[in-house]
Amino acid sequence: MSNLQILFEAPIFSVQLLVDGLLVGAIFALVAYGMALVWGVMNIINVAQGELVMLGGYVTLTLYHAGFSPFLGVPAAAIVLYFVGWGLYRAVIWRVVDRDLFISLLATFGLSILIQQLANQMFGANVETARSGLGTIALLGGTITVSEIKLLAFVAAFVVAGVMVVFLKYARLGQAIRATAQNARAARILGVDTQRVYATTFALNAAICGAAGALVAMTWIIHPYLGLTYTVRSFMIVVVAGLGNLAGVIVAGLGLGVAETFAGFIFGAEAQAAFVFSLLVVILVIRSLILHHQRRVLR
Amino acid sequence: MRQRISFVLLLGVIAALAIIAPLLFPGYRTQMALLWVMVIFALTWDVVGGQMGYNSFGNVFFFGIGMYACAVVQRDAGLDYYTGLAVGVALGTALAVLAAAVIGAGLLGLRGHYFAIGTLGLGIAAAEIAASWEYVGAGSGLVTPVFPGNIEDRTLFYYGLCLIVALLTFFTLRWLYAGRFGLAINAIRDDEDKAEAMGLRTTRYKTIAWCVSAFFLGMTGGLVGNMMGFIDPRDVAFAGATFGVWMVLMAILGGKGTLWGPVIGAVVFHVTQELFWTYLLGWQRVALGLLIVLIVVFFPQGILGWLRERRPDLFGHRVEEAERGA
Repeated sequence: MSNLQILFEAPIFSVQLLVDGLLVGAIFALVAYGMALVWGVMNIINVAQGELVMLGGYVTLTLYHAGFSPFLGVPAAAIVLYFVGWGLYRAVIWRVVDRDLFISLLATFGLSILIQQLANQMFGANVETARSGLGTIALLGGTITVSEIKLLAFVAAFVVAGVMVVFLKYARLGQAIRATAQNARAARILGVDTQRVYATTFALNAAICGAAGALVAMTWIIHPYLGLTYTVRSFMIVVVAGLGNLAGVIVAGLGLGVAETFAGFIFGAEAQAAFVFSLLVVILVIRSLILHHQRRVLR
Repeated sequence: MRQRISFVLLLGVIAALAIIAPLLFPGYRTQMALLWVMVIFALTWDVVGGQMGYNSFGNVFFFGIGMYACAVVQRDAGLDYYTGLAVGVALGTALAVLAAAVIGAGLLGLRGHYFAIGTLGLGIAAAEIAASWEYVGAGSGLVTPVFPGNIEDRTLFYYGLCLIVALLTFFTLRWLYAGRFGLAINAIRDDEDKAEAMGLRTTRYKTIAWCVSAFFLGMTGGLVGNMMGFIDPRDVAFAGATFGVWMVLMAILGGKGTLWGPVIGAVVFHVTQELFWTYLLGWQRVALGLLIVLIVVFFPQGILGWLRERRPDLFGHRVEEAERGA
């Protein structure tokens, strides 16, 4: 708690934390955007979302260890994960799309354990990072430092999200995806191949996660067990923002990034996971109370 | 009448096995005690997950609370071993039920995705908090007091306690499912809005169901903590990746929403785990993930559900001959 005092004595620290938090939050928002896409189109909560992020990170790491620049990892991870996502859809997800929530939740939960443990066996449980070799920028006469890689990740996250938005709005397939989200049956009657739409949506989500994972591997660390925190973060962001609300996702993502950075500074980095999961429970309890209140008003 | 006799006969066989087996194979007593713990896990998960249709990934939360509360009482109260254990287990149970009531009031208003992910977060949040809380030993965990007596007696003592709690759980749930409570939570599973419109106090029933689940899990937690002798926040107490996942898997494997299903699932899972697990050399958890996906996707009705589809006459449903022929 002594760190809290530092914040009051040297307010410039809060600006530093704010900047860091915003940069972190962009990646959270990107992953959450992918989750919202799958949720909205297929009505599936992908519990394996974070594991896809983790896999993207390991693709980048493999390239990095093979001597390539880690920046190559962003497109490479997106492409590899696109096919992983397609494969997962063809193997498992298509069987659970139209079935009840219980089954799709448990199936993706099983997938998340499967991928996590496979990564543990293949890459080992070590904490690793891909060094990008970029420096830091000093602002305001050196009182605030921004690492260039985080800035780059921030921009890249927005670029990927922007491309997705344009794709969904103008591309033929993007329009088919949106039509399926609105009413799958009507879309099918009008000639949309909904199975293909679902497969593409899931694969695109995996690609988004892959790109995000590559950025995570360069900016922070990657290890096989980090998936669940990203799943929970995305879920929180989507719950707070609401489905199909891109601006909300961005604001909530950035907000979560800031909240986590401040919490990490005040309570210490080891309490970060505890903070994320506790925040989830708190947000859901608040949501439940709000719903309860609304129902009471209706009565 | 025939059903009644076969039920009593079946229970008699199980009781005989449960008493004879640990005396015949003293080396496997701890494993057999764990088998009863698994049965408790599957049964308690099924109250909320199967009978009520609320998919909970965080029931291990109550198990961990019971375990920690019991160990802390044993450490700090300064009572002799057996009194300390009794007081600890009682307090752990009470605390778990209290936690279920308080958190249930917040979380049980949620449905579907929200409840599932919320409970998932609950279990992990508890593990992380316990791992950074100095009073309960933080990341290095707690050690339970040493049993006064030799190891043989110790394993037999805990085997007996686990058996008693498992039987208690089974018969309590059997009694609860047979009455109004069972009908109410099944109604919630089938259509919650309709149940509420019919005048059922759904929130009250949901909270009670969760508390019943927490009661037995909290009790088991205290015993298992002492049986293992060492409490680790992430791998023993709030072990979401093992116990937390297993309870879901066992209940579904046996057939969720039935009384015997979780029992069968737990036995099948635990026995196969003990037989084959060691040969998988570190790939156990990979196999576990694969198993969940396969069971959920291809075999969601479970062993008992499958049997019921195949041989409905065994379950007291009368089947017309012509219908069976078709």
